[in-house]
Amino acid sequence: MSAPRETTRDTPNGLAVLLPFRLTPSGMSARIGPLPAAILCFVLVIAASSAWSASGSAVLSPLDVIIKWAPLLLTGFAFNIAISLLAMLLGTFAGLWLGLALLSEFRPVAAVAWFVTQVFRNAPWLVLLFFVMFLVPFQVMIFKTTIPLPDWQKATVGFALPVMANVAEVVRGAVRSIPSTQWEAAESLSFTRRQTMWLIILPQCVKRMLPPWMNIYSLVTMSTVLASIVGVSEMLTLTAQVHAAEGGRPELFAPLYGFALLCFFLYCYPINLWTAHLERRFHVH
Amino acid sequence: MQAIANWFQELYEKTGLNFSVFYDAYDWGRYVDGLKMTLLLSVTTILLSLVIGAAGALIQSGPSRIARAMVNAFVVVFRNTPPLVQLFFFYFGLGTLMPAIESGGMRIPLLNNTQWAIISLSLFAGAFNVEIFRSGIEAVPRTTVEAAEALGYTRIKAYIHVVLPLAIRVCLPALNNNLVNLLKTTTLAYAIAVPETLYAVKQIWSESQNVLEMMIVLLATYGILVGVLVWLMHRWERAMHIPGYGR
Repeated sequence: MSAPRETTRDTPNGLAVLLPFRLTPSGMSARIGPLPAAILCFVLVIAASSAWSASGSAVLSPLDVIIKWAPLLLTGFAFNIAISLLAMLLGTFAGLWLGLALLSEFRPVAAVAWFVTQVFRNAPWLVLLFFVMFLVPFQVMIFKTTIPLPDWQKATVGFALPVMANVAEVVRGAVRSIPSTQWEAAESLSFTRRQTMWLIILPQCVKRMLPPWMNIYSLVTMSTVLASIVGVSEMLTLTAQVHAAEGGRPELFAPLYGFALLCFFLYCYPINLWTAHLERRFHVH
Repeated sequence: MQAIANWFQELYEKTGLNFSVFYDAYDWGRYVDGLKMTLLLSVTTILLSLVIGAAGALIQSGPSRIARAMVNAFVVVFRNTPPLVQLFFFYFGLGTLMPAIESGGMRIPLLNNTQWAIISLSLFAGAFNVEIFRSGIEAVPRTTVEAAEALGYTRIKAYIHVVLPLAIRVCLPALNNNLVNLLKTTTLAYAIAVPETLYAVKQIWSESQNVLEMMIVLLATYGILVGVLVWLMHRWERAMHIPGYGR
């Protein structure tokens, strides 16, 4: 509820008025740092497992189980990251073109692009993943050479589809936010429409697109665990397997899934903070 | 109704496009049950997440430093972890630690999978709503709150009667976005076998062998559901529009 406050600092001569006026970013001031939050997360895990340690039997304690299997689980996490990066790359490339199609002056192209964007933006990620997993064959024949399509590649495409639609919207929004005087100035310098777009408008858009683009990336990273539902052996699948390998004890569920939560948190939270930082820096008044 | 069923039956015989949901009463029943479950999940999670968001934002603007830190931790943790892992953590992790009722040799958990899905999804969306409401509350002029205080409102009453109604109007577009996202996120309940639309449709296509057709039905279903929600929210937005703000 607090209005932006002016920071007053003590100056040697007591003239705070001489200092440059600066607004305190009220959005961030109340947040907790990443480290305390991570510790909190971990305490939660330990607290959940403390019920076990009271019994004190011969089997491994939850913490030992996590330490024992951490290399495997972290490999799974790295696989998640790889899928997210690949999906983002594919999605951004396709989304850029889809976004340009949305802005096309040729009506039918814009209409088709609009329809595609709406479909892929409004369908749940899991449904799109199923869509790709079940309708794309497990191998394709091109000129008599068989190209196998493993599960994880299809899943990557499944994640790239919603990314594409979201990036397209971001591109459209960014281009729309450029003052129309830029277009007029380019026109008066006899740039063609294509030249104006690529040489003048899009370079200015990059800065504006970066924060929402990073938001999308964070979303993709968190969505990659959906791949476990369709049988890709990423972190969550491995977590379930580790749980089974340790005898399927029910008290192990909370620490193991807590560990997965922690991994994702430690990866996504800095991205989120950086996005917020960029948003403030690039804020267009 | 019969005419539609006949038409789809004919379509199947002529073209091989098997939209079994529209002529097979059993498949139709399962599909409708799934749809009902999705609606139940969506409506309850939307309402609960709104309550969580409003309560969280109230605490965040409150005087207690510890309560504020706790709400912040909640928001930060739930925003930055995958909702599916949260769901698994709640359902498998906490669900097995909860006391259960023994009846007739069967272990009946205190909360079933649907209830865990509702709790988990509400918390996930609620974390986003806290941030959204806070941005709305920050947009309410300080003078308005002071005027309410001058009229003798307590902090809670001023929040409920003055600040929140204004804040909701300001943050409706962002809220709209989040609620649409929440509707889409309800599909995650599939992972813990809550019989919602995706689950029902998957059952239908594995028995009737019509993946492509059911996939189209599925996409159309969610398209319509999201469309209806967006339409409702836009109407609400227009009705609640503050004259002199925005357009």
